[in-house]
Amino acid sequence: MSNCVSIVIVSHSAEVAKGAADMVREMVGDEVRVAHCGGNPEGGLGTNVPAIMEAIRSVYGPQGVALLIDLGGAETNSEMAIEMLPAEMQDRIVICNAPIVEGAVMAATEAAGGSSLAEVRATAEEFLS
Amino acid sequence: MAPDLLPRLIAATAATVAAHAEELTTLDQAIGDGDHGVNMKRGFDAIAAAAEEIGAQPLGGALQTAGMTLVMNVGGASGPLYGSLLMGLGKAAGQDGDPDIAAMLAEGVAAVKKRGKSEAGEKTMLDVLVPVLEALRAAEPEGQTAAARAAADRGLAATEDMLATKGRASFLGERSVGHLDPGARSSALLVHAVCDVIEGKA
Repeated sequence: MSNCVSIVIVSHSAEVAKGAADMVREMVGDEVRVAHCGGNPEGGLGTNVPAIMEAIRSVYGPQGVALLIDLGGAETNSEMAIEMLPAEMQDRIVICNAPIVEGAVMAATEAAGGSSLAEVRATAEEFLS
Repeated sequence: MAPDLLPRLIAATAATVAAHAEELTTLDQAIGDGDHGVNMKRGFDAIAAAAEEIGAQPLGGALQTAGMTLVMNVGGASGPLYGSLLMGLGKAAGQDGDPDIAAMLAEGVAAVKKRGKSEAGEKTMLDVLVPVLEALRAAEPEGQTAAARAAADRGLAATEDMLATKGRASFLGERSVGHLDPGARSSALLVHAVCDVIEGKA
């Protein structure tokens, strides 16, 4: 199962993150590893760097990880989290510029076919065009 | 560096953030998502809780630890933004002797610009920090705190008429005009708190 790109979903809301991950699993199956996180360190709405790092680590593999994120701080905190991971991991983690739910499903569908990280990202971002 | 500088800086910054948390939240409710006050308070409370560990380090290391504490605890974009600011300040603090405040802030401002992919004029904390940096560079050593305070106030006031193009406020477009930027407000508060400490008032 580590032959596929993994997906990490980062939302301000733990429930949105979990719901998006549930949709991916339902529609794509368990072949692609999906992690999700949401909420600030106190459990309110927000995103938090240690939780994002942990989510990435939990599904990280040699094929890489595609992040799907929601608004503003989710991006800043995700970029910070990626930079705090070891350099050899950073090259294999991308943030997709795509809507969080649709992007996650599209990315996971592409990943399930064994596509590369660049292909997974491109497919997720196609949704915008 | 005065031996009690770090504890005073930690206490003064945490106190001003706590005292104005509600105001920051109110400003953020107008053009953001209304969490700036709580998030900043969570971060600076975490720094205050780690005051002993932070205070035991040289200035550079202390600022970097404080920055990392913000990154790990804030839960909003202000964590990485203010965290990068403090880590940049720390990076340029040098090993010994009197730190060059303008050089430190230059490094901090560069880190904030990189982290936020932003420049001055976009209705953000940079609209306070950049004028403060310019004022520090232009001022004589004995006039630095007065120049920094004035530049912070001027920079903050200027954000009211600006159109937000970064962050959540940019979603509002023209409706962001007419409100002070909450990040600029928190930056101005911190500038004043640091000046209070340097001037021996806190």
